[in-house]
Formats: sequence, structure tokens, C-alpha cells
Amino acid sequence: MNQKAKITAIVKDNLQNFLFVLPAVSIFCIFYIYPFYKMINLSFYDWRGIGPMHFIGISNYKELMGDNLWWDSIGHAGYITLIALTFQNALAFALAWACDREIRMKRFYRMVFFIPPVLSEVVVGLIWNWILNPEMQNGQHIGLLNHLLYNSGFPQLVHDWLGDPKTALTTIAIVNSWKGFGWGFIILLAGLQTIDRQLYEAAKIDGASAWKTFTNVTIPMMLPVILVVVILTILGCMQVFVLILTMVNEGLVNHTDVPVTRIFSAMQNTNRFGYACAEAVIFGTILVCVSFITKRLTDKAKQA
Amino acid sequence: MAKSTFTHLFLMTVAVSCLFPLFWMVRCAFMTNETVFVDKAIIPHHLNFGNFAIAWTKGNFAVFFLNSVIYTVSVVMGIVLISSLAAFAFSRLRFPGKNILFYMFVAAMMIPLPGSFVALFVLMSKLHLVNTRFGYILCMINVGLSMSILLFKTFFDKMPNELEDAARIDGCSKIGIWWNMAMPFARPAIAVIVIFNSLNVWNEYILATLLLGDTKLMPLQRGLVVFQGANSTDYPVLMAGLTMAAIPIIMVYLFMQKHIVKGLSSGEMVG
Repeated sequence: MNQKAKITAIVKDNLQNFLFVLPAVSIFCIFYIYPFYKMINLSFYDWRGIGPMHFIGISNYKELMGDNLWWDSIGHAGYITLIALTFQNALAFALAWACDREIRMKRFYRMVFFIPPVLSEVVVGLIWNWILNPEMQNGQHIGLLNHLLYNSGFPQLVHDWLGDPKTALTTIAIVNSWKGFGWGFIILLAGLQTIDRQLYEAAKIDGASAWKTFTNVTIPMMLPVILVVVILTILGCMQVFVLILTMVNEGLVNHTDVPVTRIFSAMQNTNRFGYACAEAVIFGTILVCVSFITKRLTDKAKQA
Repeated sequence: MAKSTFTHLFLMTVAVSCLFPLFWMVRCAFMTNETVFVDKAIIPHHLNFGNFAIAWTKGNFAVFFLNSVIYTVSVVMGIVLISSLAAFAFSRLRFPGKNILFYMFVAAMMIPLPGSFVALFVLMSKLHLVNTRFGYILCMINVGLSMSILLFKTFFDKMPNELEDAARIDGCSKIGIWWNMAMPFARPAIAVIVIFNSLNVWNEYILATLLLGDTKLMPLQRGLVVFQGANSTDYPVLMAGLTMAAIPIIMVYLFMQKHIVKGLSSGEMVG
């Protein structure tokens, strides 16, 4: 009898404890697990959002393999990511390196560099869309950039930056870097500040040049942090979407499409829900693979 | 000396490039449709203060702004309550399936799910939650959940057992311990979670587009795009709207800077 009462008490206690996680687990199951399952499930159907669903096996995936616009869009996102990995992260590292010492106005710089990242993509996209405006009125350039180029003696550089398929993607990639470098800067600066100053002192005593110190002390110590920034950059930039939506007019779609815009338009413009899900599954798989590989590299770097 | 001048020049150039576009936005918000295209002076010759009023009333920004506040406050409060309760249980209480459930949340943070919004939309239509505030709030709570649970748990794990035991002897219930001891103990975590989720909800666009088609329910980011689509040439009013969307988040950032830096370095350790 006593035993039984004890067991009942334990069961009751466990149930009570489970109530603590119940809200989180139910929200998670409904809004994360179920859509995850549904996304994979729908990718095997031909479905227009309403009406009958036709099971078509892997037809969506077969069609996707030959869909050039889709693979182009991955290439576009890859290009934006590449610019971010090189230009943006090099800038972030250089700035962090410059701020990692006794320097006046350090707090001001740190404050300012993180302002673009806290702004929304809509705000950033629309501001730059206005600055890059290609039109003219009364012989004057409306957009600030073209106005500055024209009046500072570079009239040959005046250009429809977002309207020309040749420059649109690069312009977007640079604005994307403008918005993003602050993240890398803050994380890299935090990493640089954890490096033991004595290492630098020791290198100095050994007569190592500034460049030698940089390549032999700073870079190896920073490798894990750098790889974290790399992984965040890849995941963030591959999923760029709103920036493109707010910067580019619809006429250029095929030149500036990225995977998320493709998924969006498959769903909203052509009502092909199954196809959109197949795109989402492939894209998600690619991202998981990339972040897994980078994670493995991080672990290896940490061991070394 | 020369070297430090060069460093400052470099840092200053980047700093100006960060600030100038924002200055230009605010500047253009004070112009009229006639002057904005031709007057390129740093400080415009005629200042026009009417654009903010126009945006606020005719541009519907009063509604958008209020909606953004409602969504941000309710989502952040929801995340703090729900994730701290769960993290408290994961850290301090016993129940079957605890580890599996916890690793489920950790895994969710590792696996990026771009495009799961398609299936989410399908689900929301089935539940009749499209075009409701409640539906959008629930979806956004889910977005911030995993990260917050993880952060709360690392704090609750550090809470000394003696504290908890003493409270229990005094007859404090589990809920009491969570609210009176664990939550105050995790105050730094709460700060980080509040800031990052506020930024995230205030700036969110994709789900707002999918789920909220009704103008009365739209948050600022969605409202801005709608406004731009309808009045594509009314730049001064658009810039006034952008300013209204940007200022609150910049203010929050300036006041909370310290926590953001801390949060980023701790987030980096988690990842």
C-alpha cells in the first residue's frame, strides 16, 4: 500500500514537471515538426493549394533537376554569399583588428558598425533603392549616388545600377555586405580580445614582424571564431530574400532570383505548392550539408 | 602617429558609410515632392515637417506601428515565459523523455528550414489562423523558442542547488522557485533574449507577408512595402515611414548595446 502511494506520488510529480515543458513542446510540434513533415510530404504531390491532391512520386524533384531558373537562383545566392565571405568578412576582420587596441573613439566605432545589422532588410533595401535611383529630372540625377558621381567628375560612371542585369546582382551583394559586416565585426572583435596579450609580447621579444605575428599568432588563435563567422555568413546570405524583393523591380527577376524568391513565387504566383516544397527540401538539404561540412572543419581546427 | 591617423581614416570612412545613408533617409523625410528630386544640399533649403503626419494618418502608419508594438511585446513576453518554464524543467526537474525533448530543440537550432513557410502557411489556413494576430504571434514565438530555451538552460544549470533546497524547505512550490529564484537569477539571459527577439520580431517580413493580408493587421515592415507599392513616387513620405520604422530599433540598440555584445559572444559559444 505504502509502495503504491509512493509510485502514485512519483507519477504525479513527473506529470507535474512535464507541464512545465508542455507549452514549449506543443508549440514546437505544431509549428516546427509538423510543417517539417508536411513540407517533405507535399513535395511528392501535385497540389494547387486547394482542391484535389495528386500523388506524383518524385516528379517534382525530376522537374527541379532540369529547372535552370532554379539552379541559376542557387548560383545567384552563392555569388552574394561569396562576396560576403570575401569582401564583407575581410572588411569585418580588418575593422576588428584595427579596433583591438588602445584607440580613441573605439566605443563610437563599435556602436556605429552595428547599426546597419539592427535595421530591417525592408528599411535597408528601400533606402538603398532610393539612393541608387537611376532616373533624371530637369537634367539632374535623382539618385544620390549618380548625382555624386556626376558632380565629382565621374559622369562616365553614372549607371542604372539595379536596372542593368550585369550590375544588379553585384550591387545587391554589396548592399548585403553593408548590412552584414557589423555582425562579423562584433564576433571577431570579441574573439580577438580573448587572445592572451602575453603571446603578442612573446612574439615581439622574439623579433617577429607585425605580419609574422598576425599569420602565426592571430590567425591560428582565431580560426574557430573565423569559422563560426563563415558558417553564419553562409547560412544568412544563402537565405537572402527581402533585400532583393525591396531593391529590384520585377523586370529583372531572372537575373536576381534567389532560392527563397523561387520558392515564394512557385507558391504565390503559380500556386504550385508541391513544387515549392520540393524546392524547399532541396535547398534545406544543401544548407544542412554546407553547415555540416563547415562544422566538421571547425572541430578539426579546434583539435589542431 | 602616421599609422594611427591611417587607422582612424579607415575606421572613419566606414563609420560615415554606415551613417550617411540613414542621414539621407531622415533628410529626405523633411522635403516635399517637388524639392526632393532637385535639391541636393546636405541641409535642404526648405524643411517640410508634414510628411510624418501624412505617413501617420493617410499612410496608415499609425496602424502599422501599433501592430508592430503589439506583435513585438506579445511575442517577446510569450517567448520569455514559455522558454524559461521549459528550460527550468530541462535543468532542474525530472520527467520521462527529458533528454530526447531537449535535444529536439537543440537540433532545431542546427537545422536551417528555409521555405518551411510553404507548409506553415498550409497548416495555418487549415487552422483558420491566417489573417489573425494570434496565428502570427504563435508562429513568431516558435521562431525564437529553441535559442531562448538553450540560453535559459545554461543559466539555470549554474544556479546553486543550496538556493533551491532552502526555498523548498521553506515550502516554496516548483512554480514559486521558478518565478522567485530562477528568473531573477537568469536576469542577464532575459535581457539578451528580450533584445534579440525584439529585433527579430520588429524586423520580420516573410511570415507577416504570408499570414497577414489584411491592412489592419499588418506590422510596419509589411506596411512599408505595401505603401511603397501603392505610392512608388512619394519618396518624402516613404522616407518618413522608413524613419519611423528605423528609429525605435536604433534607440533600443543604443540603450542595450552592452547586452547585444554579450549576447553575440555567448551565442557564438552555444553554436
